[in-house]
Amino acid sequence: MSALAVETASLKKAPSLSAIGMTKTFGSFTALGDVSIDVAAGSFHALLGENGAGKSTLVKCIMGFYSADKGQVMLDGREVIIRSPRDARAHGIGMVYQHFTLVPCLTAAENLVISRADTPSVINWPKERRLLDSFMETMPFRVPLDTQVASLSAGEKQKLEILKLLYLDQRFMILDEPTSVLTPGEADEMLGLLHGMCDRGEITVLMISHKFREVKTFCDRFSVLRRGRLTGEGDAKSAPVEDMSRMMIGDTEVRERAARSEQVDRKDVLELAGLCAEDDAGLPAIQGVNLKIKGGEIVGIAGVSGNGQSALVEVLAGQRPLTDGEITIHGEIFTPKRGNFDRFKVYGLPEEPLKNATVPRMSVAENIAFRTFDKPPITSLGWWMSKGPMRSQAEELIARYRVKTTSPDAPIETLSGGNVQRAVLARELSGDVDVLIVANPCFGLDFASVADIRSQIMEARNRGAAVLLVSEDLDEILELADRVAVMSGGTISYVAPIEETDRNTIGQHMAGH
Amino acid sequence: MNETLQDSALITALIAMLGGAIRVSTPFMFVALGECLTEKSGRINLGLEGSLVLGAMVAYAGSFLTGNPWAGVFFAGCAGLVLGALHGFICKLPRVNDIAIGIAFMSFGTGLAFFFGKPYIQPQAPRLEAIHLGDWTGDPRLAQALEVNPLFFVGVALAVFMWWAFRNTRWGLIVRMTGDSAPAAKAMGVSVDLVRFIATAIGGFMAGIGGAFLSLYYPGSWNQGLSSGQGLMAVALVIFARWGPLRCILAALLFGAAGALGPSLQSVGISQGYYFFNAAPYILTLLIMIASARSKVAAREAPGELSITK
Repeated sequence: MSALAVETASLKKAPSLSAIGMTKTFGSFTALGDVSIDVAAGSFHALLGENGAGKSTLVKCIMGFYSADKGQVMLDGREVIIRSPRDARAHGIGMVYQHFTLVPCLTAAENLVISRADTPSVINWPKERRLLDSFMETMPFRVPLDTQVASLSAGEKQKLEILKLLYLDQRFMILDEPTSVLTPGEADEMLGLLHGMCDRGEITVLMISHKFREVKTFCDRFSVLRRGRLTGEGDAKSAPVEDMSRMMIGDTEVRERAARSEQVDRKDVLELAGLCAEDDAGLPAIQGVNLKIKGGEIVGIAGVSGNGQSALVEVLAGQRPLTDGEITIHGEIFTPKRGNFDRFKVYGLPEEPLKNATVPRMSVAENIAFRTFDKPPITSLGWWMSKGPMRSQAEELIARYRVKTTSPDAPIETLSGGNVQRAVLARELSGDVDVLIVANPCFGLDFASVADIRSQIMEARNRGAAVLLVSEDLDEILELADRVAVMSGGTISYVAPIEETDRNTIGQHMAGH
Repeated sequence: MNETLQDSALITALIAMLGGAIRVSTPFMFVALGECLTEKSGRINLGLEGSLVLGAMVAYAGSFLTGNPWAGVFFAGCAGLVLGALHGFICKLPRVNDIAIGIAFMSFGTGLAFFFGKPYIQPQAPRLEAIHLGDWTGDPRLAQALEVNPLFFVGVALAVFMWWAFRNTRWGLIVRMTGDSAPAAKAMGVSVDLVRFIATAIGGFMAGIGGAFLSLYYPGSWNQGLSSGQGLMAVALVIFARWGPLRCILAALLFGAAGALGPSLQSVGISQGYYFFNAAPYILTLLIMIASARSKVAAREAPGELSITK
């Protein structure tokens, strides 16, 4: 116990780290070209960039997952050779990944103890518990130690990941979008605590992020990557957001956002009454969801992931059975089946479209025809399918929705994320839409695609569709929605028109207050 | 008069079932514990049936050649270890399905055993001695039922040890970690393939010992019809036991009792439906598979990396 206390006292110094001239190519593709960043000791440094800009490649080179083709890593001014994550750990460099690396079936205490390099063969639990308890005393936040990680909330897991790094005395921390699973309140709390620890010189943090607000509020400096190159760096407090965003997206032309048109004489289209459903383990996932959506209205469902949003979308898409409640559209009961989707004109953009809305190895043309392949002109006599009309329909939609593909016959999995989403949009939005169900439509997409896809959703609304938008990105909801509903613990806990609410109020309801 | 006869017949049947449960359950127990270890590491080894049969043959041959049944038990474990290690090694190769390999190993192990086991069908090998726990009762039926093979106690001790080790040793935690989240294990610098290789090999060792019990104690001879799918049923048993070593013991006893139902009814003269009662373990397996497929608790406790739960 005293040994640990002495250790933490003596090593309580944050290291500095610089990566110089890092280069990494995969085949002919340069993922990282001569990138240098310099993170001062005790600073909170942000690494900005779009998806695919090379941020992950850079940190994976630092962590030793990849070996860089060129470049060196200096820790406290001395060059270090890092060949594997194990080496990184030995040098006190740790990382919190976007996908948690905690073991769900172990308890928090077990996760901490096993993560140590020197776990004894036989674990003396009473002694370890004493050490853990005294370690926790010195920490700015706590996590229940005897709970299985599987039953911790996302925020607790994130905290435990950070505690793990501190427990292992890894004082250079790389955090990969650490706030994506937290409520705004939790995110601010955690970043504030980390910022405080940086200020006291206890840790140095390199945080991958794309949230300008967080970077501006909590970070000291930032570096921006675009297409594998360093496009800018500066002081996070003084640099204007416009500059940062220009460094990130370059001169890409961003399509003009569709304006919100005023809707008159709106009628309720979609009505959810007392929906209940169970998750895979048989526990209630949604309990009594009530919501009405008018034509020409976007209702945004905000909430921390795992509060029943995915179950709600799955229920509406017919992927999960309802245990109670009913869905009505235009006053008629709607059971989610293929025939009814067609009859009620219900369309959807599920999250992770490559997984949930396409068959990855089928061609773009076939994927685009999923709604129409059994109808004329593709099918005649009710069973004879001809490829010609399918292809010409696909070609027309590919052009109209600007899907970048080598050919309509290319497997859809060869397309980039943004283009897969555009192809799905083309399929779902080209017709007459009464109800549109959208879940995290812009997750992991680049700026240009995000703008494009949000415009399309807004246009569908303007044409009179009732839109249910489930999103974990509060900014997306604030931008698109006419009304906001917050989901927490499987029910809708708060509904308000967008003009009458703000980020703080929504955040509080997301946290369940 | 008639009533007392029926009464004592019932008691005789129950005692026979108790003895039978202890006897029949031992191979189930070893295979189930081996499978439990393998599955906890995130891999399924359906080939344990092959390890069981090969273990039975090797044990008999080893006992016959050395004259020491315990040497046979050890050789049987080693034969299982080799088969398990081979399974583990092949599954390490990219894009290999552990279930398909398991089925291949099931045939491979039994085939190998039949091939090398031909010369040992006739000769008598020294058998394992039982511990007489029931002699003090003075009741010959009880005394016979309580003749327990030491391997039974080894199995129980092994289960207790595994239960303890899964939570109190570094190795136990690492096995659970690889079984539940391979990415987490990799991020900690654990070689997932190595852990699974070792777990599968040790699991094979246990199954081999289960086989030794079959040929050296009960039924106690080597022939080709020795195993009647115990190795496969043990896989179902592990699911029923929800991957807990202690529950594996209880489940094995239950399966053993079911297996002893036919013979013990016969021992009191009820031979009607003998074949039906002999099928009891299989019917039980079927019912358990149906029940556990519906059980949401079982689904929650399944190791996250198993190919059946993914």
